[in-house]
Amino acid sequence: MLLIYCPYCEEERSELEFRHGGDAHIARPTNMADISDEEFQEFFFLRDNPKGLIFERWRHIHGCGRFFNAARDTVSDKFYMSYKAGEPKPDIPGVTTATEKTVETYEATEGTAK
Amino acid sequence: MSGANRIAGQGRLTPAKTARFTFDGKTIDALVGDTVASALLANGVHLVGRSFKYHRPRGILSAGPEEPNALIDVSRDAARRQPNVRAPVQEVFDGMKVESQNRFPSLAFDIGGINNLLSPFFAAGFYYKTFMWPKAAWEKVYEPFIRKAAGLGVSPTEEDPDHYANRYAHCDVLVAGAGVAGLSAALAAAEAGARVILVDEQPEVGGALHFDTSVKIDGQSGYDWAQATAAKLKAMENVTVLTRTTAFGYYNHNFVGLVERVTDHLPKPDKKLPRERLWQVRAKRVILATGSIERHMVFANNDRPGIMLASAARTYLNHFGVAVGRKVGVYTANDSAYEAAFDLKRAGVTIAAIVDNRDKPGDAVLTEARRLGIEVLTGHSVIDTKGKLRVSSMSVARNGGGSARSIAIDALLMSAGWTPSVHLFSQSRGKVAYDAATGRFLPGTYAQDCLSVGSCNGTDGLQATIEESLAAGELMARATGNEGGNKLELSGENAFEWTGGMAGAAEGAGIDTTVKAFVDFQNDVCAKDIRLAVREGMHSIEHIKRFTTNGMATDQGKLSNIHGLAIASEVLNREIPKIGLTTFRAPYTPVTFGALISHSRGDLFDPARKTPMHAWEEAHGAVFEDVGNWKRAWYYPRSGETMHDAVNRECRTVRNAAGLFDASTLGKIEVVGPDAAEFLNLMYTNAWDTLKPGRCRYGIMLREDGFVYDDGVVGRLAEDRFHVTTTTGGAPRVMNHMEDYLQTEFPHLKVWLTSTTEQWAVIAVQGPKAREILEPLVEGIDISNEAFPHMSVREGKICGVPTRLFRMSFTGEAGYEVNVPADYGQAIWEAIWARAEPLGACAYGTETMHVLRAEKGYIIVGQDTDGTVTPYDASLGWAVSKKKTDFVGIRGLKRPDLVKEGRKQLVGLLTKDPNVVLEEGAQIVADPNEPKPMKMLGHVTSSYWSENCGRSIAMALVAGGQARLGQTLYVPMPDRTIAVEVSEMVFVDKEGGRLNG
Ligand SMILES: [Zn+2]
Repeated sequence: MLLIYCPYCEEERSELEFRHGGDAHIARPTNMADISDEEFQEFFFLRDNPKGLIFERWRHIHGCGRFFNAARDTVSDKFYMSYKAGEPKPDIPGVTTATEKTVETYEATEGTAK
Repeated sequence: MSGANRIAGQGRLTPAKTARFTFDGKTIDALVGDTVASALLANGVHLVGRSFKYHRPRGILSAGPEEPNALIDVSRDAARRQPNVRAPVQEVFDGMKVESQNRFPSLAFDIGGINNLLSPFFAAGFYYKTFMWPKAAWEKVYEPFIRKAAGLGVSPTEEDPDHYANRYAHCDVLVAGAGVAGLSAALAAAEAGARVILVDEQPEVGGALHFDTSVKIDGQSGYDWAQATAAKLKAMENVTVLTRTTAFGYYNHNFVGLVERVTDHLPKPDKKLPRERLWQVRAKRVILATGSIERHMVFANNDRPGIMLASAARTYLNHFGVAVGRKVGVYTANDSAYEAAFDLKRAGVTIAAIVDNRDKPGDAVLTEARRLGIEVLTGHSVIDTKGKLRVSSMSVARNGGGSARSIAIDALLMSAGWTPSVHLFSQSRGKVAYDAATGRFLPGTYAQDCLSVGSCNGTDGLQATIEESLAAGELMARATGNEGGNKLELSGENAFEWTGGMAGAAEGAGIDTTVKAFVDFQNDVCAKDIRLAVREGMHSIEHIKRFTTNGMATDQGKLSNIHGLAIASEVLNREIPKIGLTTFRAPYTPVTFGALISHSRGDLFDPARKTPMHAWEEAHGAVFEDVGNWKRAWYYPRSGETMHDAVNRECRTVRNAAGLFDASTLGKIEVVGPDAAEFLNLMYTNAWDTLKPGRCRYGIMLREDGFVYDDGVVGRLAEDRFHVTTTTGGAPRVMNHMEDYLQTEFPHLKVWLTSTTEQWAVIAVQGPKAREILEPLVEGIDISNEAFPHMSVREGKICGVPTRLFRMSFTGEAGYEVNVPADYGQAIWEAIWARAEPLGACAYGTETMHVLRAEKGYIIVGQDTDGTVTPYDASLGWAVSKKKTDFVGIRGLKRPDLVKEGRKQLVGLLTKDPNVVLEEGAQIVADPNEPKPMKMLGHVTSSYWSENCGRSIAMALVAGGQARLGQTLYVPMPDRTIAVEVSEMVFVDKEGGRLNG
């Protein structure tokens, strides 16, 4: 069970009190009605599923109720930091954002296995 | 006498403290402190079970939790019975009943043993191949046969009368394992002032010191030092010592699951005590001191009763005072087994021979063996054994060929070396690294704040273990901010350093042999099965594991994993680390469901939500249905009425007079603030800024993808205040959905959201006499049709209690929904009922509510929609604002697939035979004679008998449904095909005049 720091309550609480909210920093277009199919696809459907650093949303649903963002390693589940909603995506010193190369796809893993 | 094999002066149990239990009905005399295994061995019982697949006779292999063979069924009484208990870890108590498992009709004569003769059919992968054809035979013949013949124990049938406890704990340092390493680490951490929890699965601390009597620490015998150290730790305020407690799971962020067995060893447990206690520990640091597990030798017929691990025999002798045989052979690739021979020899047991497959054992053990007059055959191997229900001889041959010599024995001790227990480390997501020099997987890269010490870390030697552990304990204490204590020093000495060890098949069981040399005893996997798997194309260890089931039994490969890897590595001609080790999963040893669920069972499994009027409904004979966690009145049968009768009567009564319905479960959200209307404009498809205070409107909520998410009536109480209702099931998710957008996408809006679902009791009064019923009760609201038309809301009082009164209808009749504070719910209901009953009204339940709304074609989100339905598909396009430039779902609605022709649309269905009621979920086709697979046009979403229409009615999602009005379609059922006509969805009062009555 994860131990998660809520930036509003300013303390670590058990995962039981939180709910995961998917990728962070995906802004809803302000001209929503006018965007193209491709833009909508990018906004609504496509996610990176990185192996490594991810920025994601959490909600302290059984606590203060607030949404916030966190930087986590998807392999080790280590949290680098959490920060309030609306704050810019932070730099995590020494950690690079996962790129497509680190994405574990069927082709990538099975390809090397062969 | 507690068994003929108990040797006077040996062991640590007290001869005067006896206990008596039964094994397969036979009385066994034991000593308090015995395990079932030690007591059986003391009484000369080696045969304790049959193997899983071949039903081969099996004995006690180990003295610990790694036991794969000796699985027993233990009971106190009929209800307190547990199968698959490992005999070496179950302590005896007076009056316990032990049964062997997996045998029929008896342990000594087992009919399933025929599987052993049929074993060519049971080769690796047999589940996947042998029984695949014919398909029907799988269900009727093979599966029941396999389940019966190859089962592991029988589950109890009675409810568990015991209770289980659960507690959370926090500490600076959790130490798993209380052998030399764990005790040293805990001592150092505790002396520094850290809050320490020390756990060990055995009844007493000591670990390997249970058997290793040659160890001395600080001048005391190792075992005595361990007990003294535990006593010292227990006396410290900052330390918790838990024995009979297994650290079974290492989860994220140093969260460790422990299970403490509180009463399983007691003859008459205090009823107030839980049987087991689950500890959920969040540790700042973890020290793993989990030791190692001895491996068996892999050779032909290595599974006969009487063949066991050398360290197990040593434990039985040195701790329990039991000699496992009178003429004992030893087969080893490792020095440690010699010490078992030495101890037994000194206790008066004959050692037939030590067979060492190495040419050069350690000098020290060899010298000692010769001094004790034990024959040592170096460069030799045991290539076979004999003995039906217990080993009677071993065949020994020089490595590389030569004639075999048969040596009579009644027990055979084996050791292929020691496997570090990296289970918890691996569970913590640490990566193991292969140490080629010693042939061991050891902790490599750590993923969490923990350290491994002692033999689980590959540390050899007593003094090295002590020093490493003391240092780790101090380090972890300092790391968690503890400043106290001095550097500790402890000195340890032992008689022999151990060298040697091997993995994989031994002489005579190598490539090209077909002997049964068992790798995994519990799953009956032999060396040849692993080779077969490789030949069949399984080259990854994960595939080999699943194909052979090696390591998949309840012991999770504690003995078999390394051997399996080595055998695969040999056939594949690839180094062991290139094949990889499978990941260890929690739990380390089996955990009871009782411990995991604790009090969450029976009435406490899932809370029941009851409305404020529940007691009245119960008193008036309501039958309830579960809607989520809610108990909702389903219908109110009168004496002699079936459900059908009652629903028909309720439906008629509502349309002819009136009915009262408990709608309290509807979700309610108070949306308040200067930007409330703007916020709702974004959350719903409708326009809310045009809604005047005092009016309400039916709203549709979409997801961003354009599909219907929820619906409900929203009333505007004031410019800045809305009373939003949601579906019963949707209440929490709609609230979360709104909060999400408000906090993260529209934080500039000044709006507050409050869930008020449980604050309001809701009484729906529906039907032509609804106004007559309510009028005299309501204060301060003119509820005349003119002043309070359909879709209005007012605040006022009813019977002196504040109310939000809605004029709205989910029945198609003129109706009201009376919201009152929940505490007044039942009183107001009773007051309304006192008016309603004399006027011929009835109370109605959810079934009638469903029928009445279907008669009007009102949809239920989640029943008539399924997450792929747009408002247009549901004929609700009128509720989507054409003027708004944004709302959640506005863009999704324009996606190509959502505007395509031929989408499934909600329509009415009328069966050609009005008496036939369709089944909800039934598929719809255009041509009933089309060959299979037929083209499905859609399915029935709602279907009822409508008493008011005098016929059946239904709603359905049908491809291109709106264009099919009047068409005949078909609903094929197993016994017949039903013809239906596609119709409009409104079946009663198509003009809607009754709403405004
Ligand atoms: Zn919080």
